[in-house]
Order: sequence, then C-alpha cells, then structure tokens
Amino acid sequence: METNQLLSYILFTPLLGALLLLVFQRENENEIRIFGLSISVITFGLTLMVLSKFDSINPGFQFVHKVPWITNLNISYHVGIDGLSLLLLLLTTFITPLTLLSSWKAINKKVKEFTFFMLLLEVGMIGVFVSLDLFLFYVFWEAMLIPMYFIIGIWGGERRIYASVKFFLFTMTGSLIMLVAIIWLGVSAGGVVGHFTTDLVELYSVGPALAKNFQNWLFLAFALSFAIKIPLFPLHTWLPDAHVEAPTAGSIILAAVLLKMGTYGLIRFCLPLFPEAAITFAPFLSVLAVIGIIYGALVAMVQKDMKKLVAYSSVSHLGFVVLGIFAMTQESMQGAIIQMVNHGLSTGALFFLVGVIYERSHTREISDYGGLAKIVPVYSAALLIASLSSIGLPGLNGFIGEFLILLGAFKSPLLNTWGFTVFAATGVIFSAVYLLWMYQRVIFGVVKNPKMEHLPDMNKREIFIFASLLIFIVWIGVYPNTFLKISDRSTARVLIQVNTPVPREIPK
Amino acid sequence: MTEFNLIQIAVAILFLPLVGFAFVLFFGKKIKNAYLFEISIITVTFILTAVLLFNKLSWFPDKNIVSEFSWIRIQNLAVLGNISIDLGFLLDNLSVIMIFTVALISMLVHIFSIAYMKGDRLYNRYFAYLGLFTFSMSGIVLTHNILMMYIFWELVGISSYLLIGFWYEKKSASDAGKKAFLVNRIGDIGMFSGIMLIFNTYHTFTFDKIFTQMAAGTLPFNSEFWLTVTGLLLFCGAVGKSAQFPLHVWLPDAMEGPTPVSALIHAATMVAAGVFLVCRIYPILTGNALFIIAVIGALSAVIPATIALTQNDIKKVLAYSTVSQLGYMVMALGVGAYKFAFFHLITHAFFKACLFLGSGSVIHAMHHEQDITKMGGLKKKLPLTYATFLIASLALSGIPLTSGFLSKDGILQGTFAFASLTGHWLFPAAGFAVAMLTAFYMFRLIILTFHGEPKNKEKYDHAHESPFVMAMPLVVLSTLSIFFWYTPNPVNADAGWFLSKWIKSPVLSVPQNARYSFMKTDVVSSVSKEGIADINNSTTVEGKEIVYSEAYTEAMHHAHYPAMFLSLLVAALGIVFAFIFYYWKKISADKLAADIEPLYKLSFNKWYFDEIYNATAVAFTMGSSRFLAWFDMNIVDGAVNGVATVTRWTSSFTGKFDSVIVDGLVNLVAYFSGFIGLILRRFQTGKVQTYLVLVVFSLVIILYLFKTF
Repeated sequence: METNQLLSYILFTPLLGALLLLVFQRENENEIRIFGLSISVITFGLTLMVLSKFDSINPGFQFVHKVPWITNLNISYHVGIDGLSLLLLLLTTFITPLTLLSSWKAINKKVKEFTFFMLLLEVGMIGVFVSLDLFLFYVFWEAMLIPMYFIIGIWGGERRIYASVKFFLFTMTGSLIMLVAIIWLGVSAGGVVGHFTTDLVELYSVGPALAKNFQNWLFLAFALSFAIKIPLFPLHTWLPDAHVEAPTAGSIILAAVLLKMGTYGLIRFCLPLFPEAAITFAPFLSVLAVIGIIYGALVAMVQKDMKKLVAYSSVSHLGFVVLGIFAMTQESMQGAIIQMVNHGLSTGALFFLVGVIYERSHTREISDYGGLAKIVPVYSAALLIASLSSIGLPGLNGFIGEFLILLGAFKSPLLNTWGFTVFAATGVIFSAVYLLWMYQRVIFGVVKNPKMEHLPDMNKREIFIFASLLIFIVWIGVYPNTFLKISDRSTARVLIQVNTPVPREIPK
Repeated sequence: MTEFNLIQIAVAILFLPLVGFAFVLFFGKKIKNAYLFEISIITVTFILTAVLLFNKLSWFPDKNIVSEFSWIRIQNLAVLGNISIDLGFLLDNLSVIMIFTVALISMLVHIFSIAYMKGDRLYNRYFAYLGLFTFSMSGIVLTHNILMMYIFWELVGISSYLLIGFWYEKKSASDAGKKAFLVNRIGDIGMFSGIMLIFNTYHTFTFDKIFTQMAAGTLPFNSEFWLTVTGLLLFCGAVGKSAQFPLHVWLPDAMEGPTPVSALIHAATMVAAGVFLVCRIYPILTGNALFIIAVIGALSAVIPATIALTQNDIKKVLAYSTVSQLGYMVMALGVGAYKFAFFHLITHAFFKACLFLGSGSVIHAMHHEQDITKMGGLKKKLPLTYATFLIASLALSGIPLTSGFLSKDGILQGTFAFASLTGHWLFPAAGFAVAMLTAFYMFRLIILTFHGEPKNKEKYDHAHESPFVMAMPLVVLSTLSIFFWYTPNPVNADAGWFLSKWIKSPVLSVPQNARYSFMKTDVVSSVSKEGIADINNSTTVEGKEIVYSEAYTEAMHHAHYPAMFLSLLVAALGIVFAFIFYYWKKISADKLAADIEPLYKLSFNKWYFDEIYNATAVAFTMGSSRFLAWFDMNIVDGAVNGVATVTRWTSSFTGKFDSVIVDGLVNLVAYFSGFIGLILRRFQTGKVQTYLVLVVFSLVIILYLFKTF
C-alpha cells in the first residue's frame, strides 16, 4: 500500500461501504449494522496506520496525494495532513464506530438509510480534515450537510423538521459567503502566482500578500462561516435545536466532530491565509469567545432539558477553543487543539449518556428524574465522570485544555490584558454549577417517579462505548504529552505563518 | 537510606491509596470484604510515612529532597522557545511531618469507620472514597510545585464532594456537597489566577525556582503591588479550602457527611491544606499581603467562635470551632508567627480529630442523635469517650500540659509581639477573646453532653460504650494531645525539638522594603550569617531562617509570660462561665439569651451569611441566568427566526408579484394574442374563393403602396 495514498483509502473506504450497503436487503437490519460498523472500524484502523507512520517532527503536510481534477482552473484533488488534522481525523474515525454502536437499538426504522447516511457523513467529515484544496474542502464541507440534514430530519424528535431546516439554512448561509470568498481569493491569486488557483499550499503565499482591507473582507467571510459552525455567540441558536431534535448518534457526531470543523477552519485557513486581518480581529473575536463562555454557561444553568443543557455547555466550551486560537500563543493554540479533542470526548460522552437514559425512560426533562444512583449505579458513575471531565477536573482531560488556553491567553501579547483569562475562568465555576446541579437532580435524592424504579442499568455494549471514551479522557488528563506532541510542530508553523508579535521577554 | 530511597517511599505513599481506591471501587460489589484491602493499604502507607519521617529527620534534617519530571512539553520550531511544565516531589521537614499526620489520622479514621459505618448499603464504596481522599491529600503535601498542588487541590475537592454527599438520598447532604465544591471553586479561581501570574513572570511552577528568581529581583510586572496581589490571589485558594471568612459557609454544612469523614477531611487534614499552602508560599508574601491575611484570619477566628456559642448540634459546634482555629493559624501566619501556625496546625489536627471521632462515638451511642440539648449524663455510659473528649477539649481550650496550650500560647505570643511592634492591638485582643470563647463553648458542649441528667431517657438507656475499633483511635489521638510528643518542657515549646530542630521559618524572597519592618534582613549581620549568599544560589539546602530584627526577638521574648498568663486566665474564665451557666446553673442561659435577643439571634442564625449570599450572589447569578435564557430564546433566536420570517414574507411577496404582475404580463400578452387570433380567425374560412379575394385584395394594396414610393 502506497503511503501517500493512505489518506485516499481512508476517505473512500466509507464511501465504498455506503455504496455496497445499497445491495443489502433492507430487512437484514443486523447485517447492515454489522457491515456499517466494520467499515467504520476498518477506517479507524487505517487512520491508526497513518498515525504510526506520521512524523511528528515534520511541521509540514504529510501523506500528500495530488491528482489534477479541473485542470483549466488548477483545481486538483489534493489531500494531506499535519498534526492538527491528524488529531481531528483520529477523533472522527474513532467516534464514528462508537456512534454506530450507540444506535444499535435506538435506531430501528430505516436502518439501511441510517447507516448509509452515517457512512456518507463520515466521508464528508474526513474530507474536510484532509483537503488541501479550498474547492475540494468546500465540496466536502457542503456535502456533509446533506446526510446530517437527513439524520436530524428523519430520525429526530418532534420538532425535527424545524431543527433540520434551521441547521441547514444557517450553515448554508455562511458557506455561500465563504464560497464567494474562495473564488475571490482564487482570482486574486492571479496577481501573485500568475493563475487562478484554489490550492491551499499555493494560497498560503497569496493571502498574506493581499492588501489589508482585502484581507479583512476575506477573513470576515471565512470567519463568519466558521463562526456559525463552531458556533460562536451570537450565531449559536441553531445548535440547541439541532441537538435536542437529533437522534443520539447525530448529537454525538454533531458535538464531537462537526463543531470542530469551524475551529479547525479558523486555524487552517483564517489565520495563515489572512494573518494581518487575523491579528486585527483577534481581540474582537476573543471578546465574543469570552461572552460565549459565560453566556453559554449561564444559559445552560436554567435549562430543563438535559440535552439542551449539554448543548449550551458546548457553546461555553467552544468559546474556550476560540479564545485559545485567537490568543495566538503556543500554549493557548495547543490548548485549543487538545480542547477540541476533549470536547469531542466529554461532550460526546455526555450526549451518549443522555441518550442511554432517554432510550429507557423516553424523557429528557431533568425534573422527571431523581434518585437514579440507587437504580442504575454504573450509569451514575459514568455520568459523574463525564460531568467531571467536562467541568475540567484535574486528572481528567478537560483540565489540560482549559489550563493551557488560560495560561496562553494570560500571557498573550496580542490580547495584552489578563481580563480575558479572569472572565473566562469564571466560566469554569459556572460549568461546575450547572453540571453538578443537573447531576444532583438526576442522580441524587430519592426516586420520585415510580416509572423510573425498574430502569435497567447500562448493558455491556453501552459500557464498552463509555469505556472507550473513558480511556482517552483519563489518558489525556494524566499524560497529555502523547497528544500534544503530535500537533506541536504544526501549531508552531501556523504561529510563524501568522507572525505574531514575539512574546514579551521576561528577564531571568 | 539514600535520598533516592526516600523519594521512592514518597512515590509509594502517594500511589498506594490510589490503588486501594481503584481496587475497592471495582471489586467492592463482588468481594464483600474489599474494605479490608483498603485498610491494609492505608496501614502500609502509614508505616511508610513513619519510616519517611524518621529517616528524613534523622539523616537529612536540613535538606530539601527534590525529584521532578517533565509533564507537559510543547516543543516547536526554533523561533519560539520550548515550553516544559514539570511536576515533582519535595521532601522537606514540613512535608514529611504533614504527610505523617495525614496518614496517621487517615488510618485511625479508617479503623474507626469499620464499626461506625457498619451496615451501610455502600460500605465498601465509602472506604474507596477514603482512599481517593488520602491519595489527593498526599499529592498536596508532597508536591514541589504550585501547579501539582492545584491539581490535587481540586481532587481533594471532589473526594470531599463525594464524601459529604455520601448519603445522597438526603437533599441536605447532596446540597452540602455541591455547596462545598462550588464555594471552594470560587476561591480556586483566585488561586488559579495567582498561579497564572506566577507562571507568566517566572516561567515555572516550582516553588524553589520561583523563590530564587524573586530573591534575585524578578517581580510580577516589576511591581511590589502586583507581588502583593499575587500572594493574595494564591491565598484565595486557602480562603476557600480552609473555610476562611467570607467563604467559610460551606464547612458547617459539610457536617452532613459521615462523622469520621468530618474528622479526617473537615477538621484535621483537608481544611488545613489552606494553611499548608500559605506556609509553602510564605517567602513570596509581602508585608501588605500578610497584614490582609492576618485580618482575614482574625475575622475567621472571631465570628465562628461567637456562632459556636449557641449551636445545639454537636458537630456544628465543632465545625465552627474548626473554622475559628483555622482562622487562628492564618492570623498567626499573617503576624509572622510562622512556626507556631504550623505547630498549631499539627496539634489541632490531632485533638480536633479526637473531638470529632468522640462526637462520632456519642452519636453512634445515641442512635444518630446530634442535638446536645437532648443528651446529658453520658459520662457514666461512655467513660472512655468522655475521658478522651475531655483531654482533647482541654487541649483545644489551651490548658497546660496539653499540646494545644503550647501552640495556642505561641500564637498569642506572636500576636502580642506583633502588636507591640506595630501597634495593632486588635490582633491579640481577638486572639484572647477567641481563647475565652473557645474554652466556654467547649465546656458548654461537655457539660450538656456528658454531665447532668439525661434528657432523653430512652436513648440514654440504650447508649453503650463503643467497640474497640472505635475506642482505640480515640485513645491514640488523645495521647497525641499531650505535650511530650513535641517538647520536654510543658510550658515552653521554644526549646523543644519540634520548633527548634524540625520547623524553621523560611527565608523570605520578598524585596526588603516590601516586608514587615521587623522581618527586614539586617544586611550587615546576615552576610556574615551567610543569609544573603544563600538566597542567590539555587541549592535546596534548608535551615535558612527569616532573620528577624533584634526588636522582634526581644518583643517575642517579652511577650512570652504575659501571653501565657493572660491566655490561662481567659481560658479559666471561659471554663468557669460555662460551669456557672450550665453546670451550677447560677445564671439561666435562656434568660440571658432573651435579654440580649438580637445578639443571640445573630449568633444562632450564623450571622445570616447564608441568607445574605442567597439574596445577593446566588440570586444575582440565577437571575442573570434566567434572563439570559429568556434573551437567548426570544432575542438572539428571535432575530434568527425574524430573519426567517422576513425571508418568508419577502418570498411570499415575490411570489405574489410573480403570479400577479410578472405572470400577469405574460398572461396579458397571451390574452392579447388570443384576442388578435380571435379576430383573425374570422378570415380563416377554409373557402378557396375567400382566400382568392383576399389575395387579390392584398395585391392591389401592395401594388398601390409600391407605386406611391
């Protein structure tokens, strides 16, 4: 197997799987499930091969595979990864089999279509993280919306149509503006490299050469699209609806991977392509991020629906990521990347656990619960660990991300005030408030609802899923170096591309 | 024993309880006696701490043993330097004495719990949590850097959360656990900001390296003001953890947890971690910071002492007493009496653990009755509990021959000396007032519980002395409340090994003019005493001390006897008053309470702290959170839906426009053509004659036209 084609294998395995799925009889639901799961596991295996061959010392793109596509516009099929994309690629291919496994029982209508869309979704997500051509990136970025739209719209809750349409239109609006910006950028490339191009590696030299106000507009166009996806305050309102209505698998994917595309886009495109603009807007976006941190946490506090609570907590956590990115220091950027992975694991775990209990009791209202500790002890322990990881308890993953981000934001010469850190840190208190409060109301106390008395505890399949997430929740918390060292050269490269002001020297 | 062996022992001490926790947690369901594993683990841990203590103090009394490794490393391209965050161990006298205390009390509490928790549904789980706590607490004590301390700081927070809310079916218990965690987090955010400031300035979290750089003149933002701020921010962590004013409100509620837990976590060890933190960062505290710390300490000593006077729950009295004593230690640190603060931390740990376990023994005997007004006469039923409780109470009240007398006297002496040098006489006044209140409320507690007539005859009749596993810890702890463990001289501990050999006040790193004037190093004299020379090199040799000015030494010396006699006097007064009110009943306490009703109510209702916080901070947070949720639903999302509505209107308008105007025009054209067609159709008769006529007619016209042009 050629090393440089490995990414293409990863990209097309789920696609092939999705197509093969069409020949299955729709009645053979279990075979379909097993087939979908095996395809996604194979994809994960291939990603692990990439990991084993990845050279973390090299800050550039690796496993690059380039094939001309639309030759007269210099658009090519160009894929490759660096440390940043590798981490997110691993997250994507790791989470997808788990989500398929989590919907083993929960999805029992149209299993074939569901598995088909999930595999297509995986293609889109992988494509976004490996594309090195803006046009190709855009194709995947948009393509991914379609399966997600159907997953929410078909297997969702009561208001699924409203939620899926809202999700689709919201993100679509942003994407179209980005498309205009991509074309504009491609055309301006003519002035620098002599021809129209959407190749990212070439554009890295084009963007910074543009005039300041050109950069500003292009930056804003990209950033708007990404900000909607993240979602950054005040563009976040599609998220609670989408999460609440989506089936468990959809929520997990949405939280774990889809939201990361926005932050990934910021690091991959916004910063290196438009460095001057990025520095100009960094304080502004950081302010929005900090507002998001506090706002999301406060709004989460009074939610009555468990899924909505977790959704708003996402707004808060992603605020940390954005703050980390725009503080533009090595620590904060690394923190942001590890926080992306963390949020995928912890919030993924939280959505999964909400799904587990919803499957049994068909309610997500916090007030319907109480006293679960006695009925479902394993579940209670799992929910506690997931909540603590989300709260940022040292020893678990969440702490590492928040700690590095706050550390970096504190010393950031760009933000140049520690107000950001102090306000963001209050978000840490609030996250403890809303999660522990929810935990208390759901798990502690006495059983009020007689219907709850005979809920079965987590079964082996569910324990397996949670345990898989737990391994990494603890691993990152105890020894983050394993993960940090994958991406540190890549973040350093981005920071050099942005050419941030050198950190203030402190005399020794 | 080499230094390396000692580090190995320290690593084992840290991780053994974690092993116990994990084992009992996973196998607690299957193996009925899994708790025995945890108990043997903790016993081994205790033996190891004893070995560590003995070897460290015998062979390396003046040496700091350090071992570290790189935890987080962010490497990168040459342009931006590498970042490494180190974790590691520090074994100095402070940490080995503290770890020994923690392990000893933890072991005793484990043993006590065997009987106390018998029959609990989650018996094994309880021991697992104790293991988790011991692990976290050891981390705080053994670490050589502030970050690792913070990490374990949060971990003790979570084990405390789990243990306070252990009986989670009680709403009050789960509320208390949550409250403890959240109030602590408020303090921790301050501490975290302080840590950020430290790292931003010194690029390290390691205590020693911070001190060395600071002594060499590096300050946060190059200003003494910011140094003060840094110190106070770090102190915020201690305010939370050690339940100091104004964050003390969580500790009394924490008494919802099982009583042995209160003894271990909320009296002896975890709450003392705040004081331990201040000891650790002592070299970076400026005079201004220390003064504020002293004020906080004094307030925390006085206010809870006044509350303890009127409480009727045996554990609540002890809880407020704990806050008050912790305030004592913090005040002592603030006025420069570093050694005595740490001394009191250790002595208090033993006698307060003894008191809590004693109260556990009482509660156990009385079938979970905690109200002291319903007890009485238990002396006869529980003679051993009574004896140990009495010894510990005497120690807490500061009566000679006890350890508490020595350490408390030292603190009072320190405040006295401080006042005589700086004129702040409110500190010793607070100190002596608290000494009197303490003696009073402790003897009120003893008289109501153990003396007089039993008020609840039925429970009294069923009361019985506790079994051996509960009695043994009481005996051990009460023995440790006697003076001879710390010094051979029962009235003056200065010459004893604890204060003269083991614990030394650290050298300050703070710039000279930011210190208290009496802590300024006398440059000329200290060079000869190799003071300054040592500050600058980064060796980890201990044995350096704050060089106090002559005046301070003299003031301390002069303060010794006045402080001692005065403290004896006030303690005796407190005890006598307690007897007058509750034993001889010469004056009715109820009548007095009615006479000074507003004061009584203030004390009884705990100065309304909870009510005030609920009405302000909690209400504000919940209010803004509700408002924002509304805002999000109606304004932010409203805007989105508004855009959608406008789009729908626009499209429905365009739709109308399209169907009426645009399509109307098209239809008009069609209609018009149709109309023309209608007329022209008349000519389409299909008869050849008509066509012929038309052709001829047309030809005539055409020809005519041609002719005219």
